[in-house]
Amino acid sequence: MPNQTGLSHLDELEAESIHIIREVAVSFAKPVMLYSIGKDSSVMLRLAQKAFHPAPPPFPLLHVDTTWKFPEMYDFRDRMARETGMELIVHVNEEGRAQGIGPFTHGSALHTDVMKTQALKQAIEKYGFDAALAGARRDEEASRAKERVFSLRTRTHRWDPKNQRPELWRLYNPHVSNGETMRVFPLSNWTELDVWNYIDREHIPVVPLYFAAPRPVVRREGTLIMVADQRMKLEPGEEPETKQVRFRTLGCYPLTGGVESDADSVPAIISEMLSATESERQGRVIDRDGEGSMERKKQEGYF
Amino acid sequence: MSPSAPSQEFRAYVNAREKRDVLRFITCGSVDDGKSTLIGRLLYESKLIFEDQLARVEADSKRHGTLGGALDLALLVDGLQAEREQGITIDVAYRTFSTDKRSFIVADTPGHEQYTRNMATGASTADLAIVLIDARKGVMPQTRRHTTILSLLGIRHVLLAINKMDLVSWSHTVHEGIVGVYRDFARQLDVTDVTCIPVSALTGDNVVEPSTVMNWYHGPTLLQALESADVATNRGSAPFRMPVQWVNRPDAGFRGFAGTIASGLVRPGDPVLICPAQKPSTVSRIVTADGDLTCARPGQAVTLTLADEIDVSRGDVIASTNQPPGQSDQFACHLIWMHENALLPKRPYLLKIGTCVAGAQITALKYTLNVESLERVAAKTLELNDIAYCNISLDRQIAFDAYRELRETGGFILIDRYTHETVGAGMIDFALRRASNLTRQKFTVDKPTRSAQKNQKACVLWLTGLSGAGKSTTANAVEQRLHALGRHSYVLDGDNLRHGLTKDLGFTPADRVENVRRIAEVAKLFVDAGLIVLVSVISPFRDEREMARRMMDEGEFIEVFVDAPLEVCEQRDPKGLYRKARAGEIKNFTGIDSAYEPPEQPEILLKTGERSVDDLADEIIAYLRSRVDQAEP
Repeated sequence: MPNQTGLSHLDELEAESIHIIREVAVSFAKPVMLYSIGKDSSVMLRLAQKAFHPAPPPFPLLHVDTTWKFPEMYDFRDRMARETGMELIVHVNEEGRAQGIGPFTHGSALHTDVMKTQALKQAIEKYGFDAALAGARRDEEASRAKERVFSLRTRTHRWDPKNQRPELWRLYNPHVSNGETMRVFPLSNWTELDVWNYIDREHIPVVPLYFAAPRPVVRREGTLIMVADQRMKLEPGEEPETKQVRFRTLGCYPLTGGVESDADSVPAIISEMLSATESERQGRVIDRDGEGSMERKKQEGYF
Repeated sequence: MSPSAPSQEFRAYVNAREKRDVLRFITCGSVDDGKSTLIGRLLYESKLIFEDQLARVEADSKRHGTLGGALDLALLVDGLQAEREQGITIDVAYRTFSTDKRSFIVADTPGHEQYTRNMATGASTADLAIVLIDARKGVMPQTRRHTTILSLLGIRHVLLAINKMDLVSWSHTVHEGIVGVYRDFARQLDVTDVTCIPVSALTGDNVVEPSTVMNWYHGPTLLQALESADVATNRGSAPFRMPVQWVNRPDAGFRGFAGTIASGLVRPGDPVLICPAQKPSTVSRIVTADGDLTCARPGQAVTLTLADEIDVSRGDVIASTNQPPGQSDQFACHLIWMHENALLPKRPYLLKIGTCVAGAQITALKYTLNVESLERVAAKTLELNDIAYCNISLDRQIAFDAYRELRETGGFILIDRYTHETVGAGMIDFALRRASNLTRQKFTVDKPTRSAQKNQKACVLWLTGLSGAGKSTTANAVEQRLHALGRHSYVLDGDNLRHGLTKDLGFTPADRVENVRRIAEVAKLFVDAGLIVLVSVISPFRDEREMARRMMDEGEFIEVFVDAPLEVCEQRDPKGLYRKARAGEIKNFTGIDSAYEPPEQPEILLKTGERSVDDLADEIIAYLRSRVDQAEP
């Protein structure tokens, strides 16, 4: 909406997100907040707490667990669920787990499809959620820039980029037909830098992996992959070396490249970002499966 | 190793950045005017492109670029694969970038006519617009269309970027010509502030850095104009409005009203009015998770508590007592149609304004606007991208403001009840009737208003015929259909009314006349209420039926002759009355010892002896439909 409200950029983003989160809570029968443990989820969770204060957020958190997250992420997730007192639903695609689907054995595309995309569909159907809040931002990737805040998914969870509802003013259309669901992105207008500035201002806890520390890594296809657990099989001639690295984005550890950095605090991260030359998703292997790969994944139901 | 502590310089820098404001703007223009290239250029020259993004654009430029492999900056912006293949922008894309002075949210919107709805979408949240013009083509129909939409959506500030100046030899004359034509057009609209800038998105001249070739131009570059644009609206000094989003009741001790402040300021102790119920109260606290506030401003998402225990729910507006919003259930408004399925006047839609949702229908299409000539054109329906001026009627009172005064309490969307698509966006101009007038002047709401609200044309279906001819059965079947169609109806059944309204009347000719008169009077009231009234009464005499006809307005009285031969009725004898009449137990029985005067020219003639009830009911419904269709302008 028009600015000139005397609100700063960050205040305005915060208020917009709170408005969106409230709108979801009142417009849907069974909403859920997707919690991926990353910094965007941390910010979204804090915004949800603010939106309903002094009441707790009136929806549960859902973590779609691919079983390949960094160990620190699981610790952090359980700590946040304890501290917020919110219900945390963890969903794993058990079929995929039984088949032993993993990024090393099956490749990033299949792993992501089975353990993330299909798992999310399963969870939404299993619990009957009609709306899912997620922390995606428009600055992450070109196709996201065109997505609505309230983004309709068909019965088969597909996103149809050419048939999106117009979104005017603050008037979101929450109506879904039978079997359709809504994905809602309250952080749509935030940038990576906004997220860090907000974490700094609000003292929001994040997974320590974001901060630089000596970590055992190997270099694969130009990306620093952390040797996070025993499932990581070293290739002939590969020798883990300890490097001062941090992660700009957190996903499945074999698919998430670290960057060499000395930024060991939130202000240091912000300083680093202000002089950064590489965009955040650069560390994500799945974005480079092919041009337009994110758009294709989204049409298939990936967040 | 302990984390490094931030320096004071760092804190100062971050704080300064944090204090920057946001400018939301939209870019629009005709196809191939170079919008995406221009935004790409702004990002590129503002050093806002990361190296890996640039590397990807370089690779893409070789595959899809339109510049023979040279860096195609439009590819930074045209995100969707389909667009890359078509070489056009197909939807609205939002980007953020910032400079040391300001932070920007850009809506990049398409030039194709079929995507105009996306432009209106982008404009609805923008304060300023960049309108692009191809210097070789000048002001195009799309330029006029987009400027009209900008004006309707309340954008007062336009940066006219006359692009591709490199292709017109950087000509001052060409520039001046376009500026003249555009200003003449904008003058007819509400676009009050136009800044014209000659640029080349391709070469970068006057985008970020001043052009070294267009020495005749002394104004700001595009980025300078964006950074310095004064789009200050006085939302802070406007009257206070907060649509209630959610009632926060965690326990018996707390009851707060959560919402985003649409306009004005609010402080604890302020007297407020809950609208549209017009209940007064006082603000007690402004609650946020970061502590109570002493003042809240437009755009802030807060929770208000009130001093009084009054009923407030989602959709209500908490407003300034001194300058309350209007309230009404009927408006004149501008409407932009946004769906492939045409508008159906009289069809029920859902209207969302603020946090309130109401049933709505377009009751009168005044005209559509030819957005190139600004001429008003008569219309019966609205197609995708049409802009109309129309009357809209709601199923309840709402609080509102005129859109030109307050965007957030004056703008609405229309949602199709069945597909749930957003089909239109509207801007309220003024209320057709004020609720305050309603209570004092009860006759302000009249028959057409009530009928229109019910999405129907009120009338009387007067079913006349012998006892046992099938009047009540037919009336019942017709009413079932009307009910299923969402129409509002009522059956006045002669026999049933004799238990109350006409219980003092017998069956003498005089009493029969009075009987018909009373029923006709009641039918008239119900028609006035906007209902479709089904009268099922023998009404044997032509004169009384004629009297009833004259009591109604022209075309409202529909005489239905339910015609079955006496023998058939007597054979059916559903109530055993013919048998009693033949036995002499009932006097003045129509058809036996009292006359029945059949209609000479009934509107509908139903031969009930030969057809099924469903068939008969369908015929009446078909008649009603044709009647409504004829009435359409």
